[in-house]
Amino acid sequence: MDTTHKFITMFEAIGLFVAVVGVILFLASRFSGRKGDRIVALAFLLPTVLLISVGLVYPGLKTIYQSFYNAAGDAFIGFDNYSTIFGDSDQRTVLRNTVLWVVITPFIATAVGLLYAILVDKARVEALAKALIFLPMAISFVGAGIIWKFVYAFRPDQPGIEQIGLLNQILMWFGMAPKQFLIDTPLNTIFLIVVMIWIQAGFAMTVLSAAIKAIPEDIVEAARLDGVRAWGMFRYVTVPSIRPALIVVLTTIGIGTLKVFDIVRTMTGGNFDTSVVANEFYSQSFRSGNQGLGAALATLLFILVVPIVAYNVRQLRSSDER
Amino acid sequence: MTARNHRRRGLSLAGMAALALFASACGGSSADNDTAGGDPSKAPVAGCEEYTQYGDLSGKTVTVYTGIVTPEDAQLKATWAPFEKCTGATIKGEFDKTFEAQILVRAKAGNLPDIAIVPQPGLLQTLVKTGKAVAADQATTDMVDKNFSASWKGYGSVDGKFYAPPQNASMKSLVWYSPKEFTEKGYKVPTTLDELMTLTETIAKTGKKPWCAGIASGEATGWPVTDWMEDFMLRTAGPEAYDKWVNHEIPFNGPESTAALEEAGKYLKNSKFVNGGYGDVKSIASTTFQDGGLPILKGNCSFHRQASFYAANWPKGTTVAPDGDIFAFYLPGKAATDKPVLGGGEFMLGFRDAPEVHAFQAYVASATWANLAEQGGGGRCATPNKNADPAKAAGCSDIDKLAISVLQDPNAVFRFDGSDAMPSAVGANSFWKQATNWITGQSTKDTVDKIEASWPK
Repeated sequence: MDTTHKFITMFEAIGLFVAVVGVILFLASRFSGRKGDRIVALAFLLPTVLLISVGLVYPGLKTIYQSFYNAAGDAFIGFDNYSTIFGDSDQRTVLRNTVLWVVITPFIATAVGLLYAILVDKARVEALAKALIFLPMAISFVGAGIIWKFVYAFRPDQPGIEQIGLLNQILMWFGMAPKQFLIDTPLNTIFLIVVMIWIQAGFAMTVLSAAIKAIPEDIVEAARLDGVRAWGMFRYVTVPSIRPALIVVLTTIGIGTLKVFDIVRTMTGGNFDTSVVANEFYSQSFRSGNQGLGAALATLLFILVVPIVAYNVRQLRSSDER
Repeated sequence: MTARNHRRRGLSLAGMAALALFASACGGSSADNDTAGGDPSKAPVAGCEEYTQYGDLSGKTVTVYTGIVTPEDAQLKATWAPFEKCTGATIKGEFDKTFEAQILVRAKAGNLPDIAIVPQPGLLQTLVKTGKAVAADQATTDMVDKNFSASWKGYGSVDGKFYAPPQNASMKSLVWYSPKEFTEKGYKVPTTLDELMTLTETIAKTGKKPWCAGIASGEATGWPVTDWMEDFMLRTAGPEAYDKWVNHEIPFNGPESTAALEEAGKYLKNSKFVNGGYGDVKSIASTTFQDGGLPILKGNCSFHRQASFYAANWPKGTTVAPDGDIFAFYLPGKAATDKPVLGGGEFMLGFRDAPEVHAFQAYVASATWANLAEQGGGGRCATPNKNADPAKAAGCSDIDKLAISVLQDPNAVFRFDGSDAMPSAVGANSFWKQATNWITGQSTKDTVDKIEASWPK
């Protein structure tokens, strides 16, 4: 397929989309009154429901079903795939890494974002300072992975060889030997997590900064009159006021981290004991040809994400009620 | 009542439109059909003496499906033209880089070409097992017996029945080095494994790390080690044990394969021998396979083991020639007369039982075709045809000439890359992964044990 053909297909698809929406809108506009409202709602919901069931619900159920089958998907093996995940030493390393990611990333990224938001709040160069930390958000995970791969790059300390990695060059300036950041376990997982924090801190900062700005001025004023100092202001005024925003940020980063795949795949390919569930699921399903184990890992990921999403939704609801 | 009817119609319309949206977004891809030139109406032409054995095939068409694409498709078509001119047949080529996935789909759908150029023995077996492949006829079998070694015929056969004659081949058992350094220091290209080790030690004594290597390749990190191990398996345990090892008739952690990995480790895991220009043994794991051999140019190491494709990897301005900046020698066998070769190749598998299809298979297996391929130069140069005339290869690159001389050697015992033929849970996962762990410090025993444990039961 050449480029023009691709563009034609794209415009056809867009045209068709517009036509479909037009037909729905047209049909919906022909009904009115209470009964008509329901029909309108259905007309809008049904395509969505249809697409979700074809694109999400059915594959989801099928994946859960497959997770009880063997590598080729032709024999039922019960919970064997799940016992492999928790029994095999390589798979346990994968679980350990995922736990490290999920425990470290959201809290550090949120903490960094919050601290930064407070520090630059009302500063003279606020806009510039915010833009600087927000920039990594604009970079794709794969791009970030490649950038940091260079930061961590290793060359030996010997005549005629020049460092190409920023960190190792800094180590050399301080008279230390260069390190293999991406190979030495278990620290290499931490060095990968740093990349995720680098990306997500900007997101945390933006949301939290907006929340801080929304704190009513009179509360701050009242606290100040009561003689509250900086730390007290943070502890008793700022944090309680932005609690809903904090939870949204924590859970959003948490979910994103559980699904982390691109960074690991780009930087180490899951080697050197750095694999995580999402990466392992991919390599088992599509490289190793073990459909069953891949499906079991995907299901595990799903089970892990559900409570966070549920908590997130409940928090949103209770803050809406307030 | 009318409202309900309206609603139903509206919904079904929306549903249909949504489906249509899906269908159009997916789009269909079309393969390029290209007919090679040729005039079927011409009767006997001068220079057609070698083609009379294929008979008069005027008006007949053979369709060929392959993953070979630009610029090599033109070189391939050039080798078909004389056959078309002399026999009157038309060879219709379909050049598609998604061949390997598509051919299986087409086999399932029953939409097969007359001939598929299959680049892998594993895929060949899968295709033959669909029951749609046609065994080679007597003339083709005779041609292959005359022109190819038994190992090549074996790879074109399934369960003792011969199906597909080989076409081109490539070579993996190569060690890249600097001819300049060899002349300056008076080193000689080693002809046995022992000589290679002695030369390695001689260079190491001068304070230079003789070998450099890199195995990083994204998620495929580790694959170059599998080539090392295969090469040593072939040399230390012999081709029969190699076949058993690939087919898992002997365990992966058996004595033969453990010894082969140990042998590779004598180079790769000796910090006096590696990793020139990049650091210690561990740095092999963080160096990309593309970068692996480059320190030879700067004089930081002397040897790099990598397949013939690495010729394209040297920076612009590097001359790859026996007297240039860089060249390669054949990774020697135990004895100078042993010529085990690790590599890849292509096979012409037929799916239609017709005289023109068999004739074309026989033609590609002939020395006539091999000479034309060599004359054409480019990527189609190297063939394992013993009776091809090496003098015709004048226009080929020096590396291809080296490959031709090794592949066409009567002593050559050819073997395919074994990890490609292993189940993907091993060949595309645990073998790579554990080989990487082996480089970063895991013992040889743990490595082979873990790979054995991952073999699908």
